[in-house]
Amino acid sequence: MAKLPKPEELSKIDLKPPKTDWMDTPVEFKEDMYCWGAKGKNLKVVEFPNARDWSPKEEDWKLPENWKEIVMEAFGDRLSKYRSFKLFMDICVRCGACADKCHFFIGGGDPKNMPVLRAELMRSVYRKHFTTGGKIFGKTAGARELTLNVLKEWWYYYYQCTECRRCSVFCPYGIDTAEITMMGREFLNLLGLNIDWIAGPVANCYMKGNHLGLEPHTIKNSIEFFLDDIENITGIKIEPTFNRKGAEILFVTPSGDLFADPGTYTAMGYLMLFHELGLDYTWSTYASEGGNFGFFTSNEMGKRLNSKIYAEAKRLGVKWILGGECGHMWRVLHQYMDTWNGPADFLEVPKSPITGTVFENAKATKMVHIAEFTADLIKHGKLKLDPRRNDHLKVTFHDSCNTSRGMGILEEPRYIIKNVCKNFYEMPENTIREYTFCCGSGTGLNASENMALRMRGGLPRANAVKYVHDNHGVNMLANICAIDRATLKSAMEYWVPDVQVCGIHELVANALVMKGEKERTLDLRLEPLPGKAEKEGNE
Amino acid sequence: MSLKNLLEENKGKIIAKWFDAIIETYPSDTANFLKSQENRFANPVGATISQGINNLFDIIMNGSDNEEAYAFLDNIVRIRAIQDFTPSQAVSFMFFLKRIIREELRKAIQEKHIYEELFAFEAKIDVLASSAFDIYMKCREKLYEIKASELRRMTFRLLQRANLLSEVKGQDSDFKEGNDG
Repeated sequence: MAKLPKPEELSKIDLKPPKTDWMDTPVEFKEDMYCWGAKGKNLKVVEFPNARDWSPKEEDWKLPENWKEIVMEAFGDRLSKYRSFKLFMDICVRCGACADKCHFFIGGGDPKNMPVLRAELMRSVYRKHFTTGGKIFGKTAGARELTLNVLKEWWYYYYQCTECRRCSVFCPYGIDTAEITMMGREFLNLLGLNIDWIAGPVANCYMKGNHLGLEPHTIKNSIEFFLDDIENITGIKIEPTFNRKGAEILFVTPSGDLFADPGTYTAMGYLMLFHELGLDYTWSTYASEGGNFGFFTSNEMGKRLNSKIYAEAKRLGVKWILGGECGHMWRVLHQYMDTWNGPADFLEVPKSPITGTVFENAKATKMVHIAEFTADLIKHGKLKLDPRRNDHLKVTFHDSCNTSRGMGILEEPRYIIKNVCKNFYEMPENTIREYTFCCGSGTGLNASENMALRMRGGLPRANAVKYVHDNHGVNMLANICAIDRATLKSAMEYWVPDVQVCGIHELVANALVMKGEKERTLDLRLEPLPGKAEKEGNE
Repeated sequence: MSLKNLLEENKGKIIAKWFDAIIETYPSDTANFLKSQENRFANPVGATISQGINNLFDIIMNGSDNEEAYAFLDNIVRIRAIQDFTPSQAVSFMFFLKRIIREELRKAIQEKHIYEELFAFEAKIDVLASSAFDIYMKCREKLYEIKASELRRMTFRLLQRANLLSEVKGQDSDFKEGNDG
């Protein structure tokens, strides 16, 4: 047990932080702020180097002897390979525009979470090894050697960035700090320095097609479970198909929605919507993951895990691909898939079989976000909706970082929400759309051992939710990202306990009047619809 | 002149010093940001502290019910409970007020012999500081509860599917809570 301080000692708390320069302030690993190290078996599965069990807490990280050469060689290689990386290393003038835009800095107050400083952790090494000024003038030119402590600092802080890119919105040079984090993680992965919350899902995804490691029968079984609930609620028996060759559309969604509430309700929403439309689509138990945790390790791994989507589309002979509500999945699909694993010239430009709308924006990737698909349906009056069924909800919308900043889906979800429920309130302007605040748990940081970090990161978002909760009685935080659904629920539990979290297709399915349905008394959560509880009581 | 009048007269100065003292518990780069960014959504920590201590000061000064103070105290402690502070550092900001009032009003209090009032005022601060520690503990407990309920949410469907839930019927309500909560 720790020594109990005397009262006079307690009154002399030294509240001043160390006055050392950031370079001379060594990294301190704090509890609840970092994730467990990747297990050897998970790294081995995907042939990542230096696969072994290790712990960030231990002094010895079991690194290969030539670890420094490995990093420096990769550093040089990526500098020549990616022009953007070289520019991002060179052009920052440290104006500070990004400094106070990171949710981890705003909520936690650690200066090394200022994006500019987080990038300096790497830039300083770049200067020392790759610039003449840095080689000659050293520290005075902001340069430093890559030492073991520096490497540990990288690990600690590059796993405290969710690659949300909010900082880059404010950078006058357009430096994408997320890409610096990506590089940081790529280098660390060369030494086997991953976190298990990422390495586990990557291994699962590689072996079984999805992050959770669900095998085909389990996926089918989970979906059948939803079908029972849907039948209870609507009286309609839905019969989706799996791995069906010749279907028009392949549907791919994050596997998280098949297991964890409240994502499960969103998955039920998809099933109900597709059934009502009579859509010729199929689920796949092979391409059973829209998300891509490989993207949080290295470019190569992201590419490998992504390849199954086109491969499955080809195998099944579908015309195009529809994707569920997810965040980083869409950054990958929208910005990387075509160049990684394309061209998907065996697919057709997506065309809605219901409205005839051709999704020209998806001409290259052949993959459409379900928010675009559903908004188009509503715009053409193809859905019969009863928004009163969502009358018990006062909804606000959280823009997910990747769909808003990464691909500009800003209007579609709002349009859908406004059509399926009557009470919608926006959060303050500087916290939504491209200025949206991250959930604080993206890029594989949604583990539980780093819960304090996650709550810090979630504070700016929760603070804006609290505002609309206090002022308008908002009780539902809608979003289009599976990680949001899982992690904002926890952030709300801590910061604004009266607010629930949902995907927008849960709201759609609640409002959707289906052909042949019985009078609905329950919502998708099997809770009474507004006005129905009393009615049942009276009967 | 009573202590209350003195406090009212010097409120601006006292609050400013109290705010600075709290902000100085953060690293200097962070402190600059917390002080200078006035938008409450861009700077929720600074705004919560500033609004919270203003209200807390009024509540203590006016002798209002501690219940009212609780919400403001909660807002501040909830933040500090997940930041880089030890438990004592997280809640010590209430005691800062005692020191600042003594420093600011020492002369006037001496002259007017209003120690009794001062002691009563300080006793209220002590009560709130104890409440702050209660809140701190609740916040930390909540963190661990959230960890547990995340796991529960992940396993609930699995157990349900494997028909194992009947075997843990005693814990059924627990699962439901995690599920619906």
